[in-house]
Amino acid sequence: MASLQIASVDLARRMRAQAVKMVHRARASHIGSALSIADIVAVLYGQVMALDPARPDWDERDRFLLSKGHACVAVYAALAECGFIPESALLNYGQDHSMLMNHISHKVPGVEFSTGSLGHGLPFGVGKALAAKRSGRGWRTFVLLSDGELGEGSNWEAMMFAAHHGLDNLTAIVDYNKLQSLTTVDATLRVEPLADKLRAFGWAVREVDGHDHAALIAALERGAGAVGKPTFVIAHTTKGKGVSFMENAVPWHYKSPNDAELSRALEEIGDA
Amino acid sequence: MRNAFIEELVALARKHPQVALIVGDLGYSVIEPFAEEFPDRFVNAGVAEQNMTGLAAGMASEGYHVFTYSIANFPTFRCAEQIRNDVAYHELPVTVVAVGGGLAYGALGYSHHAVQDYALMRTMPNMVLAAPGDPMEVRAAMRFLVENPGPSYLRLGKAGEPSFHTAPPEVAPGRWLKLRDGEPDRAFLSTGAGLQIAMDWAVTPEHAGREVYSMPLWSMAAKASQAEMLRTRSDVITVEDHLYDGGFGSWLLEAKALDQSLTCAVRPRALDPVVCGTVGSQATLNRLGGL
Repeated sequence: MASLQIASVDLARRMRAQAVKMVHRARASHIGSALSIADIVAVLYGQVMALDPARPDWDERDRFLLSKGHACVAVYAALAECGFIPESALLNYGQDHSMLMNHISHKVPGVEFSTGSLGHGLPFGVGKALAAKRSGRGWRTFVLLSDGELGEGSNWEAMMFAAHHGLDNLTAIVDYNKLQSLTTVDATLRVEPLADKLRAFGWAVREVDGHDHAALIAALERGAGAVGKPTFVIAHTTKGKGVSFMENAVPWHYKSPNDAELSRALEEIGDA
Repeated sequence: MRNAFIEELVALARKHPQVALIVGDLGYSVIEPFAEEFPDRFVNAGVAEQNMTGLAAGMASEGYHVFTYSIANFPTFRCAEQIRNDVAYHELPVTVVAVGGGLAYGALGYSHHAVQDYALMRTMPNMVLAAPGDPMEVRAAMRFLVENPGPSYLRLGKAGEPSFHTAPPEVAPGRWLKLRDGEPDRAFLSTGAGLQIAMDWAVTPEHAGREVYSMPLWSMAAKASQAEMLRTRSDVITVEDHLYDGGFGSWLLEAKALDQSLTCAVRPRALDPVVCGTVGSQATLNRLGGL
């Protein structure tokens, strides 16, 4: 089965609108992180991954793991927009007993893996990719990480393993918005020279504008990766992308928009 | 125990195509029979236990029952969060195997003393702890874990332990296995290598007439089944080569506390923290620790 063929630019716009509404309603954090990955997630769900919303556990689906689980509203919105969950379920985000908890949850149809503690997605994805190789299955595994998350040593263990075992059915994507919890990545725990590091660990590396859908599709579509080695896509992004006052602003890792800010954000996103 | 482990794992793998083994660069002269017969289901993950456990969970999510294998605290404490979040929370069939349980590697120092592992593993609601007391219990526990897939922990000794059972017993979490007859109201109840110690103590004049039971499988959920065993007894001494805090005796005391009508005395014999940081043979350290 091919991808869902949903126009990803408009999907990303609708996801952004849903995301700001969800964090506003739930007074939740991490909207900047969700807006940062909206285009990457929209391209994966709309244009790249083989999926079937009617069968979230379909064996031949591509697997997607959100390692930066705090940005979950972008994925919940994608799942609703693609038909995995009803749009009305988004109203329950962050509410008592909701399956939509504030870090991504595998109890939601279409979600493979719960995260929230950083550094777990890539080793788990490596296990999926190895399982596919060992059992001769053709689906692919995608793991989306944050840049600050690269401070976790478990990622580098997994990178060594994936390269050693030639897992070319595994694609990692880093949401490289250059901001982490308190300040810039550069001022916290430098990851540069990132591309050189990843190549030295045995990965094929591609650098793209993480908001350019054509570039993302070209980097992520089947056949785009190297043969015999895993691929790391460095997606250069802007934290808070699409809402001017949230862009590149550390406070929006934590803040929740008030009513006026929600209106302004939706206007800028172009929510109908 | 290590030999029983690998023989049983090979036998289970022949019968169950989903059984896989990931080692953390340990197991020399133990794991080779599995690696040779099932190369597609064997991985040496290298010295990287967080990735070993995360990738085991990932494989388990795609249909494998993965055994991760390493020494002492490396497959448990080093990757505790991967066990908690990736394996246990996702209810995946991963069996974490630690060799050198208790003070089996006593001379190798504190890094190799596995005396807090029960405390870590038993706080996970769906984790089944397997601490066999002899090679027959190893086989029985492994069969149970493969036939009842889920998150589990298998604590092994080293090698050369005597067999107390003549055949693999029928096991289930919380079940008491009788190894020695005696008066029906006083018992030793051991887990893991505590069985050998309980059997030795049972022949001393102080404990003459005391029954000996082993409990190779236990879990948080199995606490509820203990009242039935405690109700007919007046005195139970638990025996384990683990610190008292968070250990097996503590588990039984918590089980007893669930039913305030129980009058049976539960007296844990466990290791004194004085063993932490002391080096010596397993027997020396167990004596120092009060066993």
